[in-house]
Amino acid sequence: MLVYLIRRCLQSVVVLLVMSLIVFVGVYAVGNPIDILISPQADQAEREQAIHALGLDQPMWMQYFVFLRDALHGDLGHSFVHSTSALRLIFERMPATLELATVAMLFAIILGIPLGLWAGLKPESASGRTIMAGSILGFSLPTFWVGLMLIMVFSVMLGWLPSNGRGETVSLFGIPVSFLTLDGWRHLVLPATNLALFNLALMIRLTRAGTREALLQDYVKFARAKGLSNVRVIGVHVLRNILIPIVTVIGLQFGALIAFAIVTESVFAWPGMGKLLVDSINFLDRPVIVAYLLVIVTLFIVINLIVDLLYSALDPRVRLGESRS
Amino acid sequence: MPVSADGSVTAPAAAAAARAAAESPWRRVAGDFFRNPIATFGAALLCLIVLAAIFAPLISPQDPYDLAQIDVLDGKLPPGSHAGSGNGRFWLGTDDQGRDMLSAIFYGLRISIFVGVSSTVMALVIGLAAGLLAAYVGGRTETFVMRVVDIQLSFPSILIALILIAVLGQGIGKVIAALVTVQWAYYARTVRSAALVERRKEYVEAARCLALSPMRIVFRHLLPNCLPPLIVVATVQVAAAIALEATLSFLGLGLPITEPSLGLLIANGYQYLLSGKYWISFFPGIALLLTIVSINLVADQLRDVLNPRLSR
Repeated sequence: MLVYLIRRCLQSVVVLLVMSLIVFVGVYAVGNPIDILISPQADQAEREQAIHALGLDQPMWMQYFVFLRDALHGDLGHSFVHSTSALRLIFERMPATLELATVAMLFAIILGIPLGLWAGLKPESASGRTIMAGSILGFSLPTFWVGLMLIMVFSVMLGWLPSNGRGETVSLFGIPVSFLTLDGWRHLVLPATNLALFNLALMIRLTRAGTREALLQDYVKFARAKGLSNVRVIGVHVLRNILIPIVTVIGLQFGALIAFAIVTESVFAWPGMGKLLVDSINFLDRPVIVAYLLVIVTLFIVINLIVDLLYSALDPRVRLGESRS
Repeated sequence: MPVSADGSVTAPAAAAAARAAAESPWRRVAGDFFRNPIATFGAALLCLIVLAAIFAPLISPQDPYDLAQIDVLDGKLPPGSHAGSGNGRFWLGTDDQGRDMLSAIFYGLRISIFVGVSSTVMALVIGLAAGLLAAYVGGRTETFVMRVVDIQLSFPSILIALILIAVLGQGIGKVIAALVTVQWAYYARTVRSAALVERRKEYVEAARCLALSPMRIVFRHLLPNCLPPLIVVATVQVAAAIALEATLSFLGLGLPITEPSLGLLIANGYQYLLSGKYWISFFPGIALLLTIVSINLVADQLRDVLNPRLSR
């Protein structure tokens, strides 16, 4: 177990290094940072001085080395636009994104598992077929357009819910959160629904497929033969066994939710780090782009590790570290 | 095969058998495909959409990007309004510049479908080459290619596309490049797994015994047999590419304003949505949705028809 953890951490460091190299070469070398960092009015002497001060006259590997050394000290450069540390900017926006992604995931789980269970138990019924048709729609609908339609119906036509921002926030352990106030919830509902849609469809399909498969297994037949109630058969024997793939997908999809929050945050003007990324690309705010990418890659690596550990905890048949052939 | 009382094969069955013998695989696939009414509907819808995109200049009521034909005074008219000049109606309303939305959608479909299809074709070629190489050469090449594929597929496509746009900058060529980079890994993985299975089959061994060149074996024998799963993945990916391009364009990071795809049309209507002028965003979105759904319906049926494990 310990050996596995150490090996995984080493692998993660390698992936992170490779990613940092790609991002660095991509963002700093393909484009010309001098044009952006130095005012076009500067004369030749000022330019040379600025290039020297920024270290742009150094060879490429040296620049990368300096970038890496600063990154290890938690310094990913300063934002051109906001004139604060890029990393701090990301961490300020991160709670909003994580809150949105968590609420969206909860929506998907709370609605998706019962609906999928129902569709799996009654696959031929009209309600089961309707649920499945709805899930196909959930895969096909473009997220950003659904967001616009939600705003159109619930904000403009009905006027029930606000269309942008986070609403009133309260501080929880020093982090501003929306989900503890009524106004915050009113602001959360639409973006979270929008973000949840794809995962809701995924949950429905997974649960349905798992249920149909589990119902044919011997342990379910045996439980029924023992005369257990339907509720107990489904709630304990079926549900517990289909939970393993569902938990895996929930974990893996959480990373995808954070990435797709970029779109939802832009539609609903939700002040998270996804919207920050889009704004930064528009303003060519390179340090923030680099910081965002390194943060999100780290996040993905951590999530994947947690999912693997959870998987082995849930399913005793999985032995970590021995799967390598 | 139905057999009559005296033991001979009945006439219709014999005719069917003769037809089956004469049928090409393509015709058989087509026959199976159109057996499903929903898939047939999807295919018909897709044909209509593609025709509308190709013939946009002929069927559009106006050229939405010819400044002589649009009138700002007709701006933001609701669906069904008459033009101020008296000739023609705007069935789907107009945008802020007085552009007929129906015409703008036809022209937008053109750009969206062009970007989706061309990026898919390019990604298909690259992925096919990488996948075949990995499967046929094996060893370190295979490990390297598949490791790159695995790492790339562990990140969501939108993130990779955004990174590339951030690095490359904007423009139609760069959007296509980003979409190709996002997609190639899917093809490489599909081709490799199909080729690994096919490589062990007798016909490849037979071709080797005939001392055919490796190029001939790969392209004439291996490749055609790897195609069915690839066609399914490519169909799904066209829809995904169109949706991704629309998303990028909506975020203002995709195509420039000179190439108004459906995503840009929707983005353009976003600011008017809050004042209740829904049609500028609504109808391009419906066009996008119909395109994606019809492609997905076709892909779903193709998956069933081309799957050799399902008995016919």
